[in-house]
Amino acid sequence: MTDTTDLLSNPSYKKALIDLLYQLADDDFMVAYRGSEWLGLAPHIEEDVAFSSISQDTMGHATMFYELLEQLGEGKANDLAHGRTAAERKNAILVEEVNGPGHYLKEPHYDWAFAVARHYCYTLAKKLKMASLQQSSYEPLAHIAVKVNMELHYHLMHWQTWFTQLTSIPGEPQERMLAAFQLVCDEMQGVLHLGTYGKELAENGIIISEDELSEAWLADMKLLLQNHRIPNKVAIKMKSGNGRIGEHTEDLVSALNTLSEVYQQDPTAAW
Amino acid sequence: MNVYEVLRNVKDPEIDTVNIIDLGMVEHVEVKDRSISISLLPTFMGCPALEIIQKNVESEIRSSLGEIEDIHVQFIYHPPWTSDRISEQGHVQLREFGIAPPPEKMVSTGEWHVNCPYCGSTYTTLDNIFGPTACRSILYCKACKNPFEAMKPVSTL
Repeated sequence: MTDTTDLLSNPSYKKALIDLLYQLADDDFMVAYRGSEWLGLAPHIEEDVAFSSISQDTMGHATMFYELLEQLGEGKANDLAHGRTAAERKNAILVEEVNGPGHYLKEPHYDWAFAVARHYCYTLAKKLKMASLQQSSYEPLAHIAVKVNMELHYHLMHWQTWFTQLTSIPGEPQERMLAAFQLVCDEMQGVLHLGTYGKELAENGIIISEDELSEAWLADMKLLLQNHRIPNKVAIKMKSGNGRIGEHTEDLVSALNTLSEVYQQDPTAAW
Repeated sequence: MNVYEVLRNVKDPEIDTVNIIDLGMVEHVEVKDRSISISLLPTFMGCPALEIIQKNVESEIRSSLGEIEDIHVQFIYHPPWTSDRISEQGHVQLREFGIAPPPEKMVSTGEWHVNCPYCGSTYTTLDNIFGPTACRSILYCKACKNPFEAMKPVSTL
């Protein structure tokens, strides 16, 4: 493996790497936040424990990616997580979408079918990214991918159980799950998109190409549906825009306002 | 005084019968003149106890090894921490807390089985892979009818 200093001396390598790290960090940061909003609202108490544990792990992963950015001179991890505006964010639109109508503190009419579909589809994509990143030319990222992958094993198993069980029950469960799955597919391309420097990322051996990633995700998804005799076609899009290039919805703005409330009042506060 | 002996005084803040040496978290210690550098392996990345452990290591070294002036404690990610790094002594300490140690062998399918830490029965069921902390799962013993926890096995399999 080439020395990391040599790799980083190549400006196009460094630029592509930094862009990817923002995607990984911002994705996990937002999906962990949306997950944490289910605390106290999940269908049963065991799920409450599981979902909050998964969200905590995921926030830990975001921290690692922000710390890699800090090491590359992008600023302090805490500032990167809390101090950037919506337009500066590179997360996919799928992870910023609200959990449903209402507000966490007031009449949260959240949709569990959407939560299951979103978190399963997202975790599957993340698993495929981590599998590739374990062989990344950027060694510090490869080491973190090994670690993330070990924890992700349990996350994927959890969401896959919910997803296949609910989707396999004819009637309301299956109807609601397939409707939610459709909503997720409408934005899923944004999760599999690798941003402006996708070509450079693949050429430099940082991560597999976007095409390979999308094909792998579609193949796994189709196989799962087939194995569970779930009648559905899978077509992915990014209907609301491309988060990787800073296109976002109002949902992200309001999420950031809530998440960064303490930071905005006092950026140096210890908490 | 030996650095490793001192580090045995640093317990897991969430499981206070087991120390960080027996948990397999200490990867590297380097003493040079009056400075010390300690590399720790995080168990789970989102574990909120990590920062507390880091601070406790620093204060334990400061109070026990007066000759050390410069203390550097850091978390590294390679090699990854795996649950088979927990020592025999660590297994005993976990049981004292009522937590079953992780299974010694993992099969490639990822299936695992643990015995009840109270009565030793094999007649146990998994209630929730996710428990009160990132590294623990919740189980139930059908023999002695006690709920219990187990360290979640983590491996690079």
